Amino acid sequence: METNILSIVIWLPVIGGFLVLALGQRANAGRWLSLGVSLLTLVASIPLFTQFDRTTAAMQFVERAPWIERFRVDYYLGVDGVSMPLILLTTFMTVLVVIAGWEVIKNRSNQYFASFLIMEGVMNGVFASLDAMLFYVFWEAMLIPMFIIIGVWGGPRRIYATLKFFLYTFLGSVLMLVALIYLYMESGSYEIADFQVLGIGMREQVLIFLAFLIAFAVKVPMWPVHTWLPDAHVEAPTGGSVILAAIMLKMGGYGFLRFSLPITPDASMTLDWLIITLSLIAVVYIGFVALVQTDMKKLIAYSSIAHMGFVTLGFFLVYTINRNGDGLAGAAMGLEGGMVQMVSHGLISGAMFLCVGVLYDRMHSREIMDYGGVVNTMPKFAALMVLFAMANAGLPGTSGFVGEFLVILASFRANPWFAFLAATTLVLGAAYTLWMVKRVVFGAVANDGVAALEDIGTREMLVLGVLAVAVLLLGVWPAPLLEVMGPTIDHLLDQIVRSKL
Amino acid sequence: MNPTGNVFIPPEFLPAAAEIAVLGMVCVILILDLFLSDRSRWITYALCLGTLALAAVLTAVVVPEGRVLTFGDTFISDPLARTLKLFTYMVVATVFLYSKDYLRERNLFRGEYYVLALFATLGIMVMISAHSMLTLYLGLELLSLSLYAMVAFSRDDPIAAEAAMKYFVLGAIASGCFLFGTSILYGVTGSLDLAEIQRATQTLDALNIHLMFAVSFILVGVAFKFGAVPFHMWMPDVYQGAPTSVTLFIGSAAKVASFAMLIRIVADSLGALHDSWGGMLVVMCLLSMAIGNVVAIAQTNLKRMLAYSTISHVGFILLGVLTGTSAGVEAALYYTLAYVIMAAAGFGMILLLSRKGFEADEIEDFRGLNARSPWFAGIMLVVMFSMAGVPPFLGFWAKLAVLGAAVDVGLTWLAVSAVLFSVVGAFYYLRVVWRMYFDEPDALVTLNPAFDLRLVLSLNGLLIVLLGIFPQGLISLCNQVITG
Repeated sequence: METNILSIVIWLPVIGGFLVLALGQRANAGRWLSLGVSLLTLVASIPLFTQFDRTTAAMQFVERAPWIERFRVDYYLGVDGVSMPLILLTTFMTVLVVIAGWEVIKNRSNQYFASFLIMEGVMNGVFASLDAMLFYVFWEAMLIPMFIIIGVWGGPRRIYATLKFFLYTFLGSVLMLVALIYLYMESGSYEIADFQVLGIGMREQVLIFLAFLIAFAVKVPMWPVHTWLPDAHVEAPTGGSVILAAIMLKMGGYGFLRFSLPITPDASMTLDWLIITLSLIAVVYIGFVALVQTDMKKLIAYSSIAHMGFVTLGFFLVYTINRNGDGLAGAAMGLEGGMVQMVSHGLISGAMFLCVGVLYDRMHSREIMDYGGVVNTMPKFAALMVLFAMANAGLPGTSGFVGEFLVILASFRANPWFAFLAATTLVLGAAYTLWMVKRVVFGAVANDGVAALEDIGTREMLVLGVLAVAVLLLGVWPAPLLEVMGPTIDHLLDQIVRSKL
Repeated sequence: MNPTGNVFIPPEFLPAAAEIAVLGMVCVILILDLFLSDRSRWITYALCLGTLALAAVLTAVVVPEGRVLTFGDTFISDPLARTLKLFTYMVVATVFLYSKDYLRERNLFRGEYYVLALFATLGIMVMISAHSMLTLYLGLELLSLSLYAMVAFSRDDPIAAEAAMKYFVLGAIASGCFLFGTSILYGVTGSLDLAEIQRATQTLDALNIHLMFAVSFILVGVAFKFGAVPFHMWMPDVYQGAPTSVTLFIGSAAKVASFAMLIRIVADSLGALHDSWGGMLVVMCLLSMAIGNVVAIAQTNLKRMLAYSTISHVGFILLGVLTGTSAGVEAALYYTLAYVIMAAAGFGMILLLSRKGFEADEIEDFRGLNARSPWFAGIMLVVMFSMAGVPPFLGFWAKLAVLGAAVDVGLTWLAVSAVLFSVVGAFYYLRVVWRMYFDEPDALVTLNPAFDLRLVLSLNGLLIVLLGIFPQGLISLCNQVITG
């Protein structure tokens, strides 16, 4: 099948971004152009879903051309059931971010929108690359627009936050670069599929696994390398927080599925205790940390870390389940749960950050104690925020439930204690989210500022409404997503339990 | 090589056509310039650019292709030499274009500057084509003496005079070391010819103490010219003290010469002694990356910061060479070319922001550049991220090539240290971006540079992007040059 949809979803927003930059000071034209480009990209990405062959684990929509012959690097794109949903998530969230920033960004708005468009293309590139070096180029290039976004439009401590963000992630990725070069030297190409079938000795596998782990753990982020996230989230402008939480964190999880597990299965098996322990610490300990936050954005940031703990937990349960000898059915559930959790968390955390953004635009405060009784003045907003909060806490019927439920089921197969610890998140998640909602939304009107609040307008309603529909739809009817992932997950499972030694 | 007694057979001149042309032109310009008034000084400038163009045409068309030795085997013309020379002309022409207005505003727009720069260029060309220790030394001294004078060119500036003094004294010591090493090498191998030396060292015991002595001293000389730690002390002072246009020359064109020297002597001629010099280069490479990157963080002066950044890049070039493989040399060549392109743009930005009576060489001077000129802030952003090794820019591919060569010979630990130090280095590049984008300018002084400067600098910046997105061209060029 000859297509170039993937190239379009990568380069259309990038080129659009530069066009927006070229508009200079013409803010209005820039806004409309950005919206147009992001909508076009979204439309262009829809065939990825509708024309997706749900019966195969093979790569689809493949494009391939030589890029750097000397290093055997190809411009090689394609998607499977794991990467395709993430591309859709990216194109979808970018539209919302553009709309959300419509009136809010007054200072150099064209550069703001251009950064987001360029980043959209680059992020799509990360998910669509089947060549490790192409992947790495996109993976690193993504840092540049984000660095600018946080640094220029962020809060008071933005420079500290953005430097920390950049250096943390840069440090994580350079070791991965060395690992990729090593794999290239062994396999003779940068194709990820070649890495996946390459036989590697145990010592090398462990080192490669650790190099990947540092890169992806920083991105996810896993405890204890998560400390950049609360800073970056709090200081970033709303749109930046949304993209960070909704898409960038997913790249860590995606990396585990695409690189760590299939390339170094034996090291993953030997070191799965490490990931499981770190994940459970993230789920439980970070849950408690979230409970004591007084800043709404910080609270959601910590909640993101806890939720991403679920993702990594789901991915690495495979080996324990395999050891128990009851077949791999539960293992697939863990992987699927992790994937659903990624998509769902993308929607929910994005929505939560947008909600905080709505409040922040009006009151210029993110402190929980500055609010109270918002429901009295902003009933429509309050209804949506409560919905998202419920979804964040994992209420059945919302997308948050599906992923967590699958992972908890899978962890039961592995070890009931894992399930017990993982399930505490249902309690903790409910506690920190709902407590925050109680203090912010409900109760008597706390002060004059809240009394003067205006409810959300059409633009904000549109953004939050669309997200609410998506969250509910995925919650009651996750089948389309699971169907898309099914064959890929089975294939992946087959790869990651087969020893390479 | 003289078969029939006393009959004089003239050497083949064609391979050296470019050198001869440049020498002739410099003499013409030197005389002509005496008769020019200050108002018509542009003639000198135009003639210099013309000389470079002439040399480029000669190198590309007249000089025979392939590997030719001439002047009693002391001069070589091979694909490496031709490529490096063509690259040098381009870089020197860029230097001239960048610095025209800068020199004019400082009353330095004089014939001597151009004559010295062309002599330095000639020195670089001779070094590139050297096939004998003596030729190499000749070129080296021609380059160095011209550079000493150029650094001190701003006569009334005490900082420039101090920089020139340091450069001269330390440079003389380094030249001495090099010459001393050469003499020992001559004593051991009985020849100054690079091919002879190569042949001789292959048969000699690698642990021959005299030979090791010679290698060490030669390496000191090379490392000094390159600015590798621990022979880097002159770099920050000279970079900062010299007029920016001269810093630009030292930081870009002169690096090509240092690279040629490293390849011709160390990698080629003394290739058999890789076990001896490989280890020394490992130490220098690690120290350069460590000290260059860490100390650069403490700098507030951009020229000084770029000096330390150069030191760290030299570490990367050495990393390619020390592998001792042709892939490593190829990677080092690629890195050198990439670095020179980036450095030219970096110093070009300082020249762009400088105006009469004001040097934009502090990092603070870049504050809020995005508000003043989004385009040039974007170019500087590209240069900084490229130097930091962030894809998709040129600097990343250069790093990748070098790291690949290192991992290939099993030096994974060194590759890991290199990338870790480059994370340290990322900080100070980011700091420049931070000044430009995250801070507001003190005063909205609009940039009003000349059209040619704007155009060439923009092209230079775009080249970094273009060679980052389509790196194949430059990479395969380096491959052809090295593997023939």
